[in-house]
Amino acid sequence: MTTFLAITISGLALGAVYFLVASGLSLIYGLMDVLNFAHGVFLTLGAYAGWAVAAHLPQTSMTMFLITAAAATTAGAAVATATELLLIRPLYGSPVGQILVTIGLDLALVGLLLGGFGSDSRAVAVPGWLTGVTAIGPERIPNGDFVTLAAGIAVLAGLTWFLGRTRYGIIIRAGAENRDMVRALGIDVGRAFTVVFAVGGAAAGLAGLLNSVAFSSGLVNPVQGDQMLIFAFIVVVIGGLGSVSGAAIAAVLVSLVQEYVTFYAGSGGGLAQLGNMSVVLVLAVVLLARPRGLLGRTA
Amino acid sequence: MTVGQAEGYAVEAAGLHATIGGSHVLQGIDLSVPAGGVTALLGRNGVGKTTTLRSLIGLVSPAGRVRILGRDVAGWPAHRIIRLGVGYVPEDRDVFAKLTVRENLRLAETGPDMDYDRVYGLFPELRQRSRQLAGTLSGGQQQMLAIGRVLLADRRVLLVDEPTKGLSPKFVSEVVDVLDRVRDTATVLMVEQNVHVVRRLAQRVIVLDHGQVVHTGEAAELADENLVRRLLGVSA
Repeated sequence: MTTFLAITISGLALGAVYFLVASGLSLIYGLMDVLNFAHGVFLTLGAYAGWAVAAHLPQTSMTMFLITAAAATTAGAAVATATELLLIRPLYGSPVGQILVTIGLDLALVGLLLGGFGSDSRAVAVPGWLTGVTAIGPERIPNGDFVTLAAGIAVLAGLTWFLGRTRYGIIIRAGAENRDMVRALGIDVGRAFTVVFAVGGAAAGLAGLLNSVAFSSGLVNPVQGDQMLIFAFIVVVIGGLGSVSGAAIAAVLVSLVQEYVTFYAGSGGGLAQLGNMSVVLVLAVVLLARPRGLLGRTA
Repeated sequence: MTVGQAEGYAVEAAGLHATIGGSHVLQGIDLSVPAGGVTALLGRNGVGKTTTLRSLIGLVSPAGRVRILGRDVAGWPAHRIIRLGVGYVPEDRDVFAKLTVRENLRLAETGPDMDYDRVYGLFPELRQRSRQLAGTLSGGQQQMLAIGRVLLADRRVLLVDEPTKGLSPKFVSEVVDVLDRVRDTATVLMVEQNVHVVRRLAQRVIVLDHGQVVHTGEAAELADENLVRRLLGVSA
């Protein structure tokens, strides 16, 4: 029972990371119909920005970690904004061009990271508390899981508020329904596109750092984003294209199934990939039952 | 026709061509809409009336020249043209179904002090249903919202596409009453199939056929049954 608790909390924390990546992907597709294959490298660059900033901070307190997290978030947002303005904007109306350019950008940036930092992982300096554990009964839960889970919940709450209460949020929701009509009300949809990319990139950058802290022993590497991207796309499809709530539900569903199957069915039996395979099974079942995903619009 | 020489026109177009999905829909539209009152854009189905309206505000990218409120706007993005003081009510209302009535109206805000009382005064039902999702409104209520949305801000030009299409007589009457009041403060270019509504509201008519203007005249001419039958293929 106590192991179940630890696995569940670990699964929820992993779900928080999936959600941070998938929410941006989902918003970007929902508003702009852009399949952003460079989203994974936003995550990686966020993690590297966190690593670089943390290396220059004088101490590893939680305050310093917040600054590290802010750096990761800002880096993700900045790269995403530049991507939208410089590469995506000239290609609206050309889905194939968007796919090709985002794949190319991902390959190029990963290549640059490999060239600049090598393929060895780098360790982010984090406060001692973050690498420790908290005892709940006889079970010891990694503190990184709590922080990651809290960050995921905070971002979900923030995005819900942003989309539901702010004018830009309303524009984004309206744009997902009918972009032409938003333009016909005198609204510059292009600016909303940039905002969505920035928000998605910020969440991905934060996810990069938290993924390193909670699931990679504080290590960052050039391909971590690409490894995460496939699961993020699965979460987006299960949750429903364009739905942040759907992405949150799907992220929890996918991560819990993955963690439970990996632990209870995969460990010790030489079936380490069973958890990943179970995610694909969940995807197939959901799409058979609900082709639009859990809460999505028609693709 | 040369755009920009004539005075007193709110909307002008010259040599407007538009191709949609490989079909050459507009084949050299020349039109001038005098400032003030209602001008009706008429024609059989598929002759390019909706495409003309969408081309004027940049939702379709046409070749040719467009001048609105004295500005050459050809090539401008739609939002920039709208900000000149243009309102557009589309044929299918196009309210945002997953947004509430209030959120639909909020999207049309152009500044901090919007006149919601004016919109709610014209359409009291919208106030009662302000928290209701627009997708759950009836067709008539959605039309009220589509019109109310553009009336929230001051509009000097209104492009209205088939405002009475598919509405019950009660809603037709209500929509016509509102447009009747609006024409005192704005120039209205209205696509409309209902000849009775055109006679009631419009002072001028422009008739399209095969993507070109084939007749321009006074709305009073629509009293001539033969002319209506010849131009529109219907009886008045």
